[in-house]
Amino acid sequence: MSDSVETAAVAAPAPSLNTGQSGTVVRSTVIRRLLRNPLGIIAMAILLAISLLAILAPVLAPFQENYSNIAKTLAAPDSVNILGTDSAGRDVWSRLLFGAQLTLLSALLCAGVAIAIGLPAGLIAGYYAGKFEAVSNWMVSILMSLPGLIVLLTIRAAFGPSVWISMIAFGILISPSYFRLTRTAVQSVRNELYVDAARVSGLSDLSIIARHIFSVVRAPIIIQTAAIAGVAIAIQSGLEFLGLGDPTKATWGVMLSEGFKNVYLNPTLLFWPALAMALTIGGLVLLGNAIRDALEDGEKIKHRKKAAQQKGTTAAPARAGQQRQSMAAVELGTEHHLVKVTNLGVGYPQADGSVKKVVDDVSFHVDRGEILGIVGESGSGKSQTAFSILGLLPDNARIVAGSIQFDGNYTVAPGEERVDQARLSRLRGKRISYIPQEPMSNLDPAFTIGYQLVTPMVRVLGIPKEEARKRALKLLADVGIANPERTFSAYPHEVSGGMAQRVLIAGAISCEPDLVIADEPTTALDVTVQADVLDLLRELQQRLNIGVILVTHNFGVVADLCDRVAVMQNGRLVEEGSVRDILRNPKEQYTRTLLASMLEGKTPMSMLVSSQKEPAA
Amino acid sequence: MIRFIAKRLGSGLVVLFVVSALTFFLLYVSSGSIARNILGDQATAEQVAMKEHELGLDQPLVVRYFSWVADALSGNLGASWFTSEPVANSLATRIPVTMTMVFAAMILIAVCAALIGVVAAVKRGWVDRVVQVGAIIGDSIPGFVIGVILVTILAIQLGLFPATSTISPESGPEAWVYSMALPVIALLVNGVTGGAQQIRSAVIKQLERDYVRTLRSRGIGEREILFKHVLRSAAPAGLTVLSLQLVGMLGGVVIIEQIFALPGMGPLAVAATGQSDLPVVMGVVMYTVVVVIVVNLLVDILNGWLNPKVRVS
Repeated sequence: MSDSVETAAVAAPAPSLNTGQSGTVVRSTVIRRLLRNPLGIIAMAILLAISLLAILAPVLAPFQENYSNIAKTLAAPDSVNILGTDSAGRDVWSRLLFGAQLTLLSALLCAGVAIAIGLPAGLIAGYYAGKFEAVSNWMVSILMSLPGLIVLLTIRAAFGPSVWISMIAFGILISPSYFRLTRTAVQSVRNELYVDAARVSGLSDLSIIARHIFSVVRAPIIIQTAAIAGVAIAIQSGLEFLGLGDPTKATWGVMLSEGFKNVYLNPTLLFWPALAMALTIGGLVLLGNAIRDALEDGEKIKHRKKAAQQKGTTAAPARAGQQRQSMAAVELGTEHHLVKVTNLGVGYPQADGSVKKVVDDVSFHVDRGEILGIVGESGSGKSQTAFSILGLLPDNARIVAGSIQFDGNYTVAPGEERVDQARLSRLRGKRISYIPQEPMSNLDPAFTIGYQLVTPMVRVLGIPKEEARKRALKLLADVGIANPERTFSAYPHEVSGGMAQRVLIAGAISCEPDLVIADEPTTALDVTVQADVLDLLRELQQRLNIGVILVTHNFGVVADLCDRVAVMQNGRLVEEGSVRDILRNPKEQYTRTLLASMLEGKTPMSMLVSSQKEPAA
Repeated sequence: MIRFIAKRLGSGLVVLFVVSALTFFLLYVSSGSIARNILGDQATAEQVAMKEHELGLDQPLVVRYFSWVADALSGNLGASWFTSEPVANSLATRIPVTMTMVFAAMILIAVCAALIGVVAAVKRGWVDRVVQVGAIIGDSIPGFVIGVILVTILAIQLGLFPATSTISPESGPEAWVYSMALPVIALLVNGVTGGAQQIRSAVIKQLERDYVRTLRSRGIGEREILFKHVLRSAAPAGLTVLSLQLVGMLGGVVIIEQIFALPGMGPLAVAATGQSDLPVVMGVVMYTVVVVIVVNLLVDILNGWLNPKVRVS
């Protein structure tokens, strides 16, 4: 039974961590969003109704919980006993109400105890780490290895039947779920700048915890409490169902067991306590889900707003003229290009039915033996453009306009909504390949580097493993790895970032493609390694005579490596031409700004120094 | 790898020791009038003192604990105070019944949850929505309530299954499987709904990783990516989910056995708890902890095999 709690603990923190920080504003919008979610309203209505019934039980219940009328056992509902009576002639409706009282109180007690232990322990362990954290983790691992019901049986054997003692014990047992939640949340904000700032400005640890950190864990704790209250109700009822609860109390578990004993005589006795349990626990589960959804929606809307704002600033009317001309030139060309992108638009459908465009009316081409740079700041749509050539856009992306041709054939024909995977999967690896930005996350940690180099060659080229292995070792040597044998048998976590990027470049050229798409291939690397990797790319490109699309935000890299360059801003192509023309005579204001921010009045990037080259023409 | 296993085994033994000590002190420190309970109100003070001496209750707690440990290491877990049956014997006759059910349910959960979870993650659409709704319903209804509902409707009202499952394997495999069907279903419903949802999110998380995109860009087929790479990386999360469910099920099975009148650990544990038959309670706790430790060890080993990084650290 502790499994479902763990679920909530694992699922809850991730989406909600960033939300609580902005305090009351966010909170009130979350509540508003919660009130707009029908499931959230239903959940709250159910829980509210059950709470009210529980509180008003002494007033509403026509009989005392244990009052029995021996003359009237197992009676059908009538005007006196509206839900009938049980085998001892007790009123089912009254016992249901008193049972609700006890059930809710015991769930609250359990959650309260678990919070009182888990929250402070998690705060301390997360904030100060060290020995306390190690000891706590060890205790958590012990508590987690015990099945809740077995522990409660032990407690019952030791202390006798008591709802309160068993719920305190269960609260202790389940406190690790709060501990883990809080610790993880605190660890993730402990080193945030604003916490540092608070520390520097002389706030005590206590007030930092109270003000900054507590606001972060508040939302996940509410979600967690809903889950834990549900589990507590289930396990307490189970204990009472076994006949190990307090016999003087009316509880849903006892009523269920009563009904089960008389199942041949009056099965409806089972129905009411089972319904009450399912409604209460279900209400708690739904409430937890609704709060989580409300918090996640908040995140989404925030992102959307930000994107919209960025868009708003673009509406630059001036750029039309020249851009149109350069694009017209591309379109009119009848010559055979390696890649030809025509008026491409990429968008993402939104919840409200609109489509958010991230790439809009982009056209360019690349020829064999040519390096095209696509430059722009982050969010300009350059990576999205590159991924649509590869056919590796996220599932929810749509091609909203234009077409893509590779070597004369459409991979995205005009009017198609999605990239045709059947067409592209024949090209990927074999004719088009990809060098990613972040080396480490792009290798599967569970397989050796050798395996990850050999398999594509075996699959794509259809060569035997042994030959592929020889080729892989040669490739590793080609990309400048000193000890290919060792790297071949290493796992990704055993090599450095620069080495991993060389491995990825080796993988990209392993099947001798015609086009390599490199997405910021040096951004994640040390400055000294960057220059080497760029040299390697240029050397390979010239030797193999392949076309390269180099996506970057860095004009230095463009000047160093590219033949032509396309400048992108907010999903649109601003300017396109030879590197020399654009560096010497940028026509668009945006290009000038980009150039100015990168080259003028600054010490040149070190890769420019180390490679000592004129901008390639 | 051997060092890794030895380390895990060692920490498992430490947990076993700590839990046994905690349970022992918890059980014995609070129950003052054990002998009086056993003999009843009519017994004289002399008889009570003799009983206390007989059970060793007149010795200090710590001494008693270590003599319990010494006995336990030689396979002697003491005897029930009420039936005088050796605890080890009762466990030996009952564990097979319970473990058969638990493992049958766990295997079915693993297969169904993995299958449904992976399909929901890959195909999305209606399967995914069914999994989401199923998880909410499964979370809302405790396993033993599902058991009660199943018996009432399928066994008692429709007569499709036997209501109690006391049939032993000797009466033919078919009848036995038939009699075990309902308790196993009652055990696995929550596991399948919860497990499928968690495995679904683990697989989705892996599908969104960068290396999956890079594998696609290398020309590796979708099926190979899913079965060789994604499932392998999602497996540790799935194993953790399953091992937590097994821990929970060791508790849940007690109630299920009670409902279906199965001669497993459940009735033993419930009777011993109600009477405060402490040697038996102690034995039940020990069996549970040993099962949990062994399962966690297996999960650790599997994870180490699946993920080379774990082996190193």
